[in-house]
Amino acid sequence: MNEIRRETRHEIRLRVNGVTYELRVPARRLLSDALRHDLGLTGTHVGCEHGVCGSCTILADGEPVRACLLLAVAATAHEITTVEGLAGPDGEPNAVQRAFAECHGLQCGFCTPGFLTTVTAGLRRDPCPTRDAAREMIAGNLCRCTGYQNIVRAVERAAELESAQEPAR
Amino acid sequence: MTTKLMGQPVQRVEDRRFLHGEGRYVDDILAGPGAGPAVLHAAVLRSPHAHARILDIDVSGVLDVDGVHAVYTYDDLSGPMAEPLPVLIPHPALTHGRTQYALARDEVNHVGEAIAFVVAEDRYLAEDAVNRIVVDYEVLPAVVGLDAARAADRLVHDDVPGNVGARLEQTVGDAPAAIAAAPHRLALDLEIERSACMPLEGRGTVARWDHDSDRLVLWSSTQTSTGVRAAVAAKLGLDIGRVDVITPDVGGGFGVKIVHPWPEELLVPMAARALDRPVKFTEDRREHFVSSAHERGQTQHIEVGFDDDGRLLGLDVEFWHDHGAYTPYGLIVPIITSTQLLGPYKPGAYRVVFESLYTNTVIVTPYRGAGRPQGCFAMERTMDAIAAYLGRDRTEVRAVNFIRPDEFPYDHGLVFQDGRALEYDSGDYPASLDKLRKLIDWDGFAEFRRACAEQGRTVGIGLACYVEGTGVGPYEGAHVHVETTGKVKVATGLTTQGQSHQTAFAQIVADELGVRFDDVEVVTGDTRRMPYAVGTFASRAAVMSGSAIHKAARRTREKALRLAADALEASVDDLEIVDGIVGVRGTDRSIPLGTLSVLSNPLRYAFDEASKAATQFSVGDSEQPPVAEGDQPGLEGTDFYSPEHATFASGMHAAIVETDPDTAEIRILRYAVVHDCGNLINPMVVEGQIHGGVAQGIGGALYERMAYDDSGQLLNASFMDFLMPYVSEIPDAIDIDHLETPSPLNPLGIKGAGEAGVIPVSAVIAAAISDAEGFPITAMPISPSDLHTLREEHRP
Ligand code: FES
Ligand code: FES
Repeated sequence: MNEIRRETRHEIRLRVNGVTYELRVPARRLLSDALRHDLGLTGTHVGCEHGVCGSCTILADGEPVRACLLLAVAATAHEITTVEGLAGPDGEPNAVQRAFAECHGLQCGFCTPGFLTTVTAGLRRDPCPTRDAAREMIAGNLCRCTGYQNIVRAVERAAELESAQEPAR
Repeated sequence: MTTKLMGQPVQRVEDRRFLHGEGRYVDDILAGPGAGPAVLHAAVLRSPHAHARILDIDVSGVLDVDGVHAVYTYDDLSGPMAEPLPVLIPHPALTHGRTQYALARDEVNHVGEAIAFVVAEDRYLAEDAVNRIVVDYEVLPAVVGLDAARAADRLVHDDVPGNVGARLEQTVGDAPAAIAAAPHRLALDLEIERSACMPLEGRGTVARWDHDSDRLVLWSSTQTSTGVRAAVAAKLGLDIGRVDVITPDVGGGFGVKIVHPWPEELLVPMAARALDRPVKFTEDRREHFVSSAHERGQTQHIEVGFDDDGRLLGLDVEFWHDHGAYTPYGLIVPIITSTQLLGPYKPGAYRVVFESLYTNTVIVTPYRGAGRPQGCFAMERTMDAIAAYLGRDRTEVRAVNFIRPDEFPYDHGLVFQDGRALEYDSGDYPASLDKLRKLIDWDGFAEFRRACAEQGRTVGIGLACYVEGTGVGPYEGAHVHVETTGKVKVATGLTTQGQSHQTAFAQIVADELGVRFDDVEVVTGDTRRMPYAVGTFASRAAVMSGSAIHKAARRTREKALRLAADALEASVDDLEIVDGIVGVRGTDRSIPLGTLSVLSNPLRYAFDEASKAATQFSVGDSEQPPVAEGDQPGLEGTDFYSPEHATFASGMHAAIVETDPDTAEIRILRYAVVHDCGNLINPMVVEGQIHGGVAQGIGGALYERMAYDDSGQLLNASFMDFLMPYVSEIPDAIDIDHLETPSPLNPLGIKGAGEAGVIPVSAVIAAAISDAEGFPITAMPISPSDLHTLREEHRP
């Protein structure tokens, strides 16, 4: 009863930040682990591994998704964006990244990638959030360091920066 | 003229890497393709029982699991590794100190205690293997909670009578007599539950044995890399000079990442050496709940005697501290409670005695605030009780007990956590209270309450004051080096967990050395760069390393000026350094620091532009040796800072809460903080620390508790069940005002700020709820259902 068969591995293709990666992973491999340990995209952090803290939030086709609740084999159909893919092609930080720096919206930086992806997607849906909407936008992400005051300000500041970037339609 | 950066809200240099996903946390080390030799991953078999004897461990089903490289149990340990882990901070009162083994030998004392260590190709396989280990246990009855520990019907350790690890008493005067003679007397029984630091990044360790240089390289998400280094060398029997410990970015610490060392910090390098492959251990969240550390659990009995004005005449405090299954970190937490509960007040005669007790639960080590939230709760609930008894305003009762500004330095006649006198360096408590009353509009509250009552709303106001001993010694050091490019590299040995050290320390260097902020780069927590250090805890980083860095920068500046005076044929007194250029005041004669760096090193090869430029200056007497006796090559300075005793920061918080008449929901309407950490290095950073501390305090006041059942199972060991505040639980605004009473103990006049925000929150919220509801709150945290029950009990 002791013999263990080698785990079946699946050849998959992942599209992450506009790059196609080929890898062989067992069916049970979490997307968060595949990103971090197989692809070396360590910006996506794992804080709880059960979908509660939001640290591992990535964008799948632009929508925020917990990478710790998604299997890598199930992610092949989607265009994945991680924190590494938020900046412009020249490395220029996006408005959300700039706003977090301006407003001191991060301390240890561990929760930060999850906030950045969440807010980037949130502002696409609601480009001029009220204070309550800004708080709502980040209400699914835990931060143990900042006390959130400055993160809320960063959401509002990012909205300002973005609206300054794109003249009113 | 360069503007002074000290006191400016300078934006953080750390942010770029964090915002772009380029931070380097321990689990990121050796990750991904191209990271070098493939790293192996470890998983730990942990006890499912709170108290059991291990009769047999069968690992035969494990090694043939595909991808498993090794499995270790206690029997595989040898030498110092087979001994119990150290009692890191022994104390004479800790008469029955007990520690675990790196892997349990024959007994386990809490759920989660490490029993076996498996190393495999990846964590999934390692966990598969862990699940195949068969352990035969004889389950023993568990001791859970302070009541069971005190009853001592059952013992955690057979050889520790009464479950009492330590008993410590300190007295100033004769408190029982003073209380007996006082015009008024009160007694209070209070309780605070267990909570935990819960940084979003758990613990982690990576080790690589480098055969080419015969060195062990270890990365750990620790709060003290020098501590881990010494522990690993001692336990693995290595020369300390062969062990490098690097602490890269750390995703929050709040105390739990302090060293004892953790078993995994020893097992990972042991396995890496034996297997000749890098090994990584990354704790998962459930493991963090059951195998890291908790804090806060205390019950307290207070007796107090006072006069008609509420002035304390005698204070007698007895408390019981739940320290869990082992005592690796000694008595720090209860000692802090017992001394710091005095806060800004003169207690009259004082007696405090505590017992630190064993239970079959996770160990207790300092959590942000470290025993002070409990102490503050004891003292401030007492102040409120006195005010209620006398029918006086709560701020007045506090004011009559304050240490006055002209009484500093103030010696309480007690021994503090660092073994030194509990002597406050500076402060101005009346000024602080004035600011707080304005900030929360204390005098306007009665009107607000009336207006609310008209709408059927119930509100209450509360306040609490604290003093925090920060910046404890023994020392920190720093090394400042000016490169030939003029860039300045700074190293200090303590670690960073998000407190903006790289920014704040660069501000200090830029000011003292006269260089551009952007030219300064600070490295922390790397024993290769600064092997002498203590660590980041107890709000000590800014005071200790900040002062050491300031002193090292001054040394570097002195050397630069000496060299420049020679090169420019000027007197040192006529020189100034601006933006990295040393100039003779009132002339156009100048020399960049980079060029002086070349001149400081008589190795005259023109490697770069600065070296070429330096050839136009000739320095030194050609009759003398190129490096003079007593001098050293290089434009650099090393220095250390070691204080007589701690600095004492202080502050006061107030809150207005609303309680729902039906659901008993508790909502914080306003929160105000007045804070004094001496001179501010970076107000933006200090406010960030306060925000974070207050949020953790709100968690402690309203949500966080460790729900153990009677058999010692932790029922809420996940983020789903252990509630921490999201943004939705934090008030929209926290009003902050600063007071700056500089510390006379260090050159920058600073005091620590890291823990302050958390200390008084439970006391403040309890006071505000009590004010709203009209009955005393004696136990925290308090949930809506707790409040509901209390309402039933107090219904007339
Ligand atoms: S790690 Fe995925 S939500 Fe916490
Ligand atoms: S910045 Fe540390 S957890 Fe958010």
